[in-house]
Amino acid sequence: MALQMFVTLSPWNCLLLLVALECSEASSDLNESANSTAQYAPNAWFAAASSEPDERISVFELDYDYVQIPYEVTLWILLASLAKIGFHLYRRLPGLMPESCLLILVGALVGGIIFGTDHKSPPVMDSSIYFLYLLPPIVLEGGYFMPTRPFFENIGSILWWAVLGALINALGIGLSLYFICQVKAFGLGDVNLLQNLLFGSLISAVDPVAVLAVFEEARVNEQLYMMIFGEALLNDGITVVLYNMLIAFTKMHKFEDIEPVDILAGCARFVIVGLGGVLFGVVFGFISAFITRFTQNISAIEPLIVFMFSYLSYLAAETLYLSGILAITACAVTMKKYVEENVSQTSYTTIKYFMKMLSSVSETLIFIFMGVSTVGKNHEWNWAFVCFTLAFCQIWRAISVFALFYISNQFRTFPFSIKDQCIIFYSGVRGAGSFSLAFLLPLSLFPRKKMFVTATLVVIYFTVFIQGITIGPLVRYLDVKKTNKKESINEELHIRLMDHLKAGIEDVCGHWSHYQVRDKFKKFDHRYLRKILIRKNLPKSSIVSLYKKLEMKQAIEMVETGILSSTAFSIPHQAQRIQGIKRLSPEDVESIRDILTSNMYQVRQRTLSYNKYNLKPQTSEKQAKEILIRRQNTLRESMRKGHSLPWGKPAGTKNVRYLSFPYGNPQSAGRDTKAAEFSDDDSSDPGSPSIMFSALSRIGSLQKQEAQEIIPMKSLHRGRKAFNSGYQRNTSQEEYLGGVRSVALRPKPLFHAVDEEGESGGESEGKASLVEVQSRWTADRGHGRDHNRSHSPLLQKK
Amino acid sequence: MGSRSSHAAVIPDADSIRRETGFSQASLLRLHHRFRALDRNKKGYLSRMDLQQIGALAVNPLGDRIIESFFPDGSQQVDFPGFVRVLAHFRPVEDEDTETQDPKKPEPLNSRRNKLHYAFQLYDLDRDGKISRHEMLQVLRLMVGVQVTEEQLENIADRTVQEADEDGDGAVSFVEFTKSLEKMDVEQKMSIRILK
Repeated sequence: MALQMFVTLSPWNCLLLLVALECSEASSDLNESANSTAQYAPNAWFAAASSEPDERISVFELDYDYVQIPYEVTLWILLASLAKIGFHLYRRLPGLMPESCLLILVGALVGGIIFGTDHKSPPVMDSSIYFLYLLPPIVLEGGYFMPTRPFFENIGSILWWAVLGALINALGIGLSLYFICQVKAFGLGDVNLLQNLLFGSLISAVDPVAVLAVFEEARVNEQLYMMIFGEALLNDGITVVLYNMLIAFTKMHKFEDIEPVDILAGCARFVIVGLGGVLFGVVFGFISAFITRFTQNISAIEPLIVFMFSYLSYLAAETLYLSGILAITACAVTMKKYVEENVSQTSYTTIKYFMKMLSSVSETLIFIFMGVSTVGKNHEWNWAFVCFTLAFCQIWRAISVFALFYISNQFRTFPFSIKDQCIIFYSGVRGAGSFSLAFLLPLSLFPRKKMFVTATLVVIYFTVFIQGITIGPLVRYLDVKKTNKKESINEELHIRLMDHLKAGIEDVCGHWSHYQVRDKFKKFDHRYLRKILIRKNLPKSSIVSLYKKLEMKQAIEMVETGILSSTAFSIPHQAQRIQGIKRLSPEDVESIRDILTSNMYQVRQRTLSYNKYNLKPQTSEKQAKEILIRRQNTLRESMRKGHSLPWGKPAGTKNVRYLSFPYGNPQSAGRDTKAAEFSDDDSSDPGSPSIMFSALSRIGSLQKQEAQEIIPMKSLHRGRKAFNSGYQRNTSQEEYLGGVRSVALRPKPLFHAVDEEGESGGESEGKASLVEVQSRWTADRGHGRDHNRSHSPLLQKK
Repeated sequence: MGSRSSHAAVIPDADSIRRETGFSQASLLRLHHRFRALDRNKKGYLSRMDLQQIGALAVNPLGDRIIESFFPDGSQQVDFPGFVRVLAHFRPVEDEDTETQDPKKPEPLNSRRNKLHYAFQLYDLDRDGKISRHEMLQVLRLMVGVQVTEEQLENIADRTVQEADEDGDGAVSFVEFTKSLEKMDVEQKMSIRILK
């Protein structure tokens, strides 16, 4: 169904494009004939009105040249977007092939249309457009969405693999091709060593992230993910550096001029370019983080600052012939942690979405350029060159993967298995980067540029289509899932229980890393960097009010569906139905099995989920909300019945120490929780609403206290400063209570207890500044906040 | 706070813990580090609050029960040996363990039987050695979304108990539990790679 829709959409767009092209031809003919009007303003109306008294004033004019470039570019992007919509509508497609396939097909389609209608002068990509406008967004997005903790934990392996892998591939392919070129029979004698090396460097620019979406559901372990990600990230930078260096070499016209000194200088340059770029990026990252500290009153420019500074780092590095790509990557990585804490919620969402959008647009355009140049007359097909290129790409990648990983496995605590290495080898899919670099080869230096372009295109098509489509089945095959026999319901339940259990215990164990370095950095970060770069008095993001808001909505839903009645958590032995053994028919068993599979909670994924073309839809949040609310209610229910937890802790346990939380200096409470957070992994696990749960636990524990302790808390309530979010919390607390009221009847004193504790608990929570980082797990948080603000008039009655 | 590096000397009874749980020295050090990181107020033991601060457990359907399993017999605190003892259940089973099985020594904590026993205890809250239908129902409720009606849940609980129950007492004993999972690769399911 969706495919049909997809198919019908593109003819419409083809039609649109054709119409546009026809008009452009018509107008270009018109413009050619009416040459005298060319010197006037482009609009033909003015021309007609001013100096040509003979012509009639036309009622309807067409001036396509004026808008040609933006018009066509927009049309292309729209076409690609429609294709993507169609692609995702058909649910199984994204799991079958990477999205790059789709983009290439769209590009080829557009290219075909342009070629077919013989359209003059389509917009063409040139070197400055690519390097200045198209490349930075792609690299920025890669750097920004990279999970920092696993990256830095594996940084040794990643650097080893990415840098050396790129070098080995580039040099290997280049040298092998050079030897092939020496063979007279292939007619490639005029391609010298430098050109081959250059070609080798550009063809080794891989884009493995494009295939990540394909095998996402096979639970790839974290290290493997990071290797692929890290390689993708650094690979672009390294190949561009190599490329530029070799171009510089090529410009020294005579091959014999190159002396060993030059080669050494080249290597030194390589290192300096890389490190210098990173340094620039880090500096700019810190500057932008510092500036976002002051933007609380004008949050609309926060995304602007982020983007402009990243772009500036790129440009500044390029000015000095340092690696702009590595600069922008380093800038994004540095900036992310601090910016995320400083900027407002809506800015944060905007930044994420805008980044995805920009990179998506860039990549689409590059693929369309690629399609345009595929269907065209500028090809030179040389069997030997193309075939050997393809072969050598695979061979050298295999060599580099297995050799490098063999060595690095000696030093790793958790070595990569052969299966992992196979996956890494097979994910060497080329992408937009190689094509751009090939396309931008200067024709003067490369008389056989067309051949290079053709070979590059073949490699890209081959790897993206063949490898991209088959990597999914390969990964699933390597995963060696057990035979799909029907498990009994018992087994299903117990298996899921064990999965949850395992995930839970893994969380208890935490992440293990090289503690010393990480701790030192954390201490340094905590002591100096955060003080400088993070805002003081963060806007009280009312994490608790948000939580209450979620709860209220969920509580309402749950009440309405009849789940959350007080009998749901019945006292043991009360609800035991005494009935005979029911023999369930097979259909019942089947239906039970279906119910289980579709409704059981998913195990929390610890491995990262990155999709290059889309942002995570965050479906696990609903599940998380349900679980949290259920726990909250369980606690409250058991509180009501007098024992604190279902498993029989004595009632009325006075945990005096917990009293200190709301009374003590809220600042220190916030800082305590902040310090506590550092022991967990903080930055890169967006799914852990730890502060929310701290609020919950505090509320839960506070509820254990006797009623007479409410009075001291009331004094705290009075003494509280009135700030905006405090009002918000009040209001939503009221609404929440309204929801709770309908759920369970409570004795009145306890009501107040809930009221006060919630607020005071909320207050100490509000001061915790790290909530920004940990709490970004709802997409509708922005809505939540706006909703809260709109309720502030109601507040006055309190 | 001082230096964060743990030394073996800091861990009390390191040797006896190692013998009991089978952890390597490096793993024990890491676990001690983690223990100290979780122990917010440097009390020397962990309370429920400390474990509840682990955010990811909050959204685990079994989070509460996992936390509770660290506090056997109603105690309020767990010290480092107790902490490690629980985690030892999840140590991967290596072949050397089964080969050098000394019949006189107690079974290692990460044997299949002990792993299953740990999982069994998650169900069996009242520690009577059986999973009653009610307990099964409670676990089901925890693990299933809100769309499933109470009646469906009861059906499922019935069916689950019925499948495993062999002696007809309406509850699943540990032996029956083990039997129902004999085909499952429990060792692999309940092993965490990093806990070598």
